[in-house]
Amino acid sequence: MRFEAPRSVEEAVTALAGQTGAHVLAGGTDLLVKLRAEMIEPDLIVDIKRIAGMREIAAEEGGWRIGAAVSGAEMGEHAGLVADWPGVVEAAGLIGSTQVQGRATLAGNLCNASPAADSVPAMVAAGAVARIVGPEGTRDLAVIDVPKGPGKTALERGEFIASIFLPARGARSGDAYLRFIPRTEMDIAVVGCGISLSLDEAGRVTAARVALGAVGPKVILVEAAAEAIKRRVLDEAALSDLAEACSKAATPIDDKRGTVAFRRHVAGVLARRAAVIAEARAKGETA
Amino acid sequence: MSRIHVTTKINGDETEFLCEAEATLLDVLRDELGLTGTKEGCGTGDCGACSVTVDGRLVCSCLMLGAEAEGREITTIEGMATGETLHPLQKKFIEMAALQCGICTPGILVAAKSLLERNPDPSEEEVRYWLAGNLCRCTGYDKIIRAVLDTAADMRRAS
Amino acid sequence: MALDDSKKPREFKIVGTRPDRPDGIDKVTGRARFGADMVAPGMLTGRILRSPHAHARIKRIDTSKAESLPGVKAVVTRVDFGAVPDHVADIMDNCMAGEKALYDGHAIAAVAAISPAVARHALKLIEVDYEVLPHVTDVDEAMKPGAPVLHEGRQEETVPKGMSGNVIARAEFGHGDIEAGLKQADRVVERTYRTAATHQGYIEPHACLATMGADGQGDLWVCTQGHYMVRNTCAAILGLEQGQLRVTASEIGGGFGGKTTVFLEPVALMLAKKSGRPVKMVMSRSEVLRATGPTSSTSIDVKIGMTKEGRITAGFAELRYQGGAWPGSPVNMGAMSGFAPYDLENVKTVGWDVVTNRPKAAAYRAPGAPMAAFAIESAIDELAKGFGLDPLAVRLMNGADEGTKSSYGPTYPAIGLKATLEAARKHPHWTAPLGKNQGRGVACGFWFNFGGDTCVSLNITPDGTVTVSEGNPDIGGSRASMTMMAAEELGIPYDQVRTIIADTGSLGQNEVTDGSRVTFAVGLATIEAARAAKREMCRRAAMIWDIDEDAVEWEDGAARPAGPNAGKFPPMTIKEIAAVASNTGGPIAGHHEVTAEGAGVSFATHMVDVEVDPETGATKILRYTVFQDAGKAVHPSYVEGQFQGGAVQGIGWALNEEYIYGEDGILQNAGFLDYRIPVASDLPMIDTVILEIPNPGHPYGVRGVGETSIVPPLAAIANAVSAAAGVRMTQLPMSPPRVLAAIQADG
Repeated sequence: MRFEAPRSVEEAVTALAGQTGAHVLAGGTDLLVKLRAEMIEPDLIVDIKRIAGMREIAAEEGGWRIGAAVSGAEMGEHAGLVADWPGVVEAAGLIGSTQVQGRATLAGNLCNASPAADSVPAMVAAGAVARIVGPEGTRDLAVIDVPKGPGKTALERGEFIASIFLPARGARSGDAYLRFIPRTEMDIAVVGCGISLSLDEAGRVTAARVALGAVGPKVILVEAAAEAIKRRVLDEAALSDLAEACSKAATPIDDKRGTVAFRRHVAGVLARRAAVIAEARAKGETA
Repeated sequence: MSRIHVTTKINGDETEFLCEAEATLLDVLRDELGLTGTKEGCGTGDCGACSVTVDGRLVCSCLMLGAEAEGREITTIEGMATGETLHPLQKKFIEMAALQCGICTPGILVAAKSLLERNPDPSEEEVRYWLAGNLCRCTGYDKIIRAVLDTAADMRRAS
Repeated sequence: MALDDSKKPREFKIVGTRPDRPDGIDKVTGRARFGADMVAPGMLTGRILRSPHAHARIKRIDTSKAESLPGVKAVVTRVDFGAVPDHVADIMDNCMAGEKALYDGHAIAAVAAISPAVARHALKLIEVDYEVLPHVTDVDEAMKPGAPVLHEGRQEETVPKGMSGNVIARAEFGHGDIEAGLKQADRVVERTYRTAATHQGYIEPHACLATMGADGQGDLWVCTQGHYMVRNTCAAILGLEQGQLRVTASEIGGGFGGKTTVFLEPVALMLAKKSGRPVKMVMSRSEVLRATGPTSSTSIDVKIGMTKEGRITAGFAELRYQGGAWPGSPVNMGAMSGFAPYDLENVKTVGWDVVTNRPKAAAYRAPGAPMAAFAIESAIDELAKGFGLDPLAVRLMNGADEGTKSSYGPTYPAIGLKATLEAARKHPHWTAPLGKNQGRGVACGFWFNFGGDTCVSLNITPDGTVTVSEGNPDIGGSRASMTMMAAEELGIPYDQVRTIIADTGSLGQNEVTDGSRVTFAVGLATIEAARAAKREMCRRAAMIWDIDEDAVEWEDGAARPAGPNAGKFPPMTIKEIAAVASNTGGPIAGHHEVTAEGAGVSFATHMVDVEVDPETGATKILRYTVFQDAGKAVHPSYVEGQFQGGAVQGIGWALNEEYIYGEDGILQNAGFLDYRIPVASDLPMIDTVILEIPNPGHPYGVRGVGETSIVPPLAAIANAVSAAAGVRMTQLPMSPPRVLAAIQADG
């Protein structure tokens, strides 16, 4: 195995395109675990952290562009990002321990393509877009279209994600992410739910995106859940409809982390709780 | 298999080493540099026994390649005391019996020091969540949490 | 001379204080050397190839490709070991499979190579032909006729004819007439309880460094709870003389019973022998979980009768424990201990030892007892609550006391059960208000405690300071405790004594650090060794003063004439006596060798408050208090630490920890990510109340404290969760999906 730490996107793309069995290293918190378990045996590892811009959070068109090597801890320390997209930042902040937070990245969490990735439902709810660089140049792809199934992504050979773009946060809008885990920390999500919504002056939902994690082979954007609360204030009836839509949309499996029945039920519970938080944020009641 | 030459700073000392591309920072610290105070409990980032700081940021050294250390500043448990003077956390851990077997202790001390550098007045809950990635199987955490809170109070008084 | 134990309550100067531990600085600076921290010149890396199947016949192993890989210095399979004595045959089989692989992770072959990378590569070149066999991992399934049988011819005569060959033994304990007792009851609860297998979860993986010469001399550095056990077991397996194998215990990063046997050590020695070089072996975390000893999973039927006043009229339990792939589950300890807190006229337990395709069970802190306590204490709680009775009062009413004939046979001397219950009743925790979805649970627990073979050597240095050599690895501060007891007995300051863990060449036989025995048994031997040294120092003083030996007594670190008739001499301190030792007969030492008896049983009562989220089934521990009898707490901080640590392991067992096997018999959660031990943010502070009912079997009244603390939590938490959720939980772990399903099924 070889290790390279290129200084430019071009060098990185050349290295990745020129070698079969090449893997991108950003935070490494998934890659090194797979390496250790001998699940992968790369011929080349390309560390992208030394490429300019990869560790930056930059304002862009009212939103934020987050470099592919920005860690969860760095996101949590960025006041502007936290103010605009607290749900995404919290979701990223739930990945692993304090130690893992020092390294783990949004782009890495996305490319690992685990259905249970914490940050992905929050990014999908936020309408985030991944900027992909590769031998054919640069392209933008909605985050929801990046994972193709467990462990599989839409990235072609030689491509990697250079940044994630979170769009401008509109007025009277807020987001939230909640997950269920058996302990209080250190677990993989059994169910995750990200919600982003906007309200009119009367408190009625004008736009909403609801995404579920760990209840299907990839993150699910639940259109029916968004429809269930649109044009309504989030009263008990609306929240119940939201929960029901989420439970119905979930297509989970039984595994070591949870059962089908549990995941379906808790998908609804989390959607309801996350919606209440997002609503409060949209109203400016909480950060 | 050619080895990679890495220049770095460890506990303030300019350090060079050669490592395989797949060697983790933990492998390098323990097997190349003889810094065995950093422990391996899992190798997958789940136990925190290998905690070190890199450029001031707390990380698991098992989740970082040795080659990534080029140009970085690394601090391990061996860098915590100054000569024969223990860091206040180290002293407090002994005084308050915050260790039993001691295998998790280096990682917990490195993590706790990193917390107090960022937040000199953490709540019990903040300490517990900050240290959630440092598994201890002996103590039930009670005396560890108390020792960190007590040290923080002492350090605030002293400053 | 006057050194006898007087009966008056002893005033301690050092015992009961909280000095810094002697290994403290090493452990907070990273200097302490654990199993994986040792190196040797020319050292090789050893690694093990493990079975990917739960049950398979090994038809052929071809190691030729691995052997010819450059950098590989030795390859070992079972053939290299030949025949071994019967008493280590199962251990051998577990360290390296013979004809069959009996569980996922079972060792098949091993290599020693010049680097970890070469060793890893070599393992891939070993070809194994397996004939995959049907497997069974569940205890109840394994007992069914027609279940795949692991071993032929291992069933004992205690098992009735016609049962599955996996049922190895049956044992029965108790007294009285169960049927007659049940007839006197106003209500009988009859339920089945289940617990999952859990692992000790020590943070330090198994590790050793072996050297072995052609002359039959070997050296082993190893993290273990008992290096004498390692020596004896490895010597038997490798056909060595025990005296030719020197084993040194490293610092040990947790054991909890899991390091009371061998896994890597005989293999490392064999690799070292074949390669002629030192071989270091360190397990990965997944190897620890797949292939070292978890505890049993169990299935337990309980039938208890109670009068409406709360008197237990009869208690019966039938316990089925699977102990992994070989006989020896701790079911008998469970069967003996479950009803031990109570004074019962009619009590009976039946235990079944069952084998399954899982790793061989190892001891885990009070082995066998927590599961039995979970079942029995849950049933008692259900009865008490059914009658509207105070669960502590019910336990006090039925509680065992001095003179009670225990459920497992012996009659108790002075014991502390009722003291723990009284303390619990008086504690503010008991009457603190509870909120919505919250519940409180209590439970009692018992552990036997143990003594066993013990040697201590205490030497007085020429400057009059003291070294203590003992043979039991220090897991939780025992060097501090030994130092304290030696200093107490000699009447000198704590910092004038240093205690070390000696290698196997330095002392006689020592039992492993288990059975909560060290502070009791090694402490007893330390005190006796100090007394022997004092006698010698009194003799030397008598010689110098030219008076009768019996006219000298020892007090406050000095020999003194005993009474006015003995002569007028100023006291001679330990330093003064030591300084002239060369002129009075030579170096001064004391030693003591004993098979310690009178360990003194230990009881605890635990109290816990939980909150259950009715929408997700998640349980949060809100408050926890441990009440336990320590006999005499030598170092109270370390006693508290044992109480807290045991309680939290119990919390993990109750809520989230479990071995999860797939249909294929493969362990699905061999890592700390999905084998979920409690993390700091899961827990509140763990309050402790130390009771001190002196153990008559120890000079200072010490009882073992390490194990009892894991016995009550499973039941205490189940009782609390049942109260909070409004539905009785009978299966562990009480993971959120299980609790939510129970709440929903209850409507």
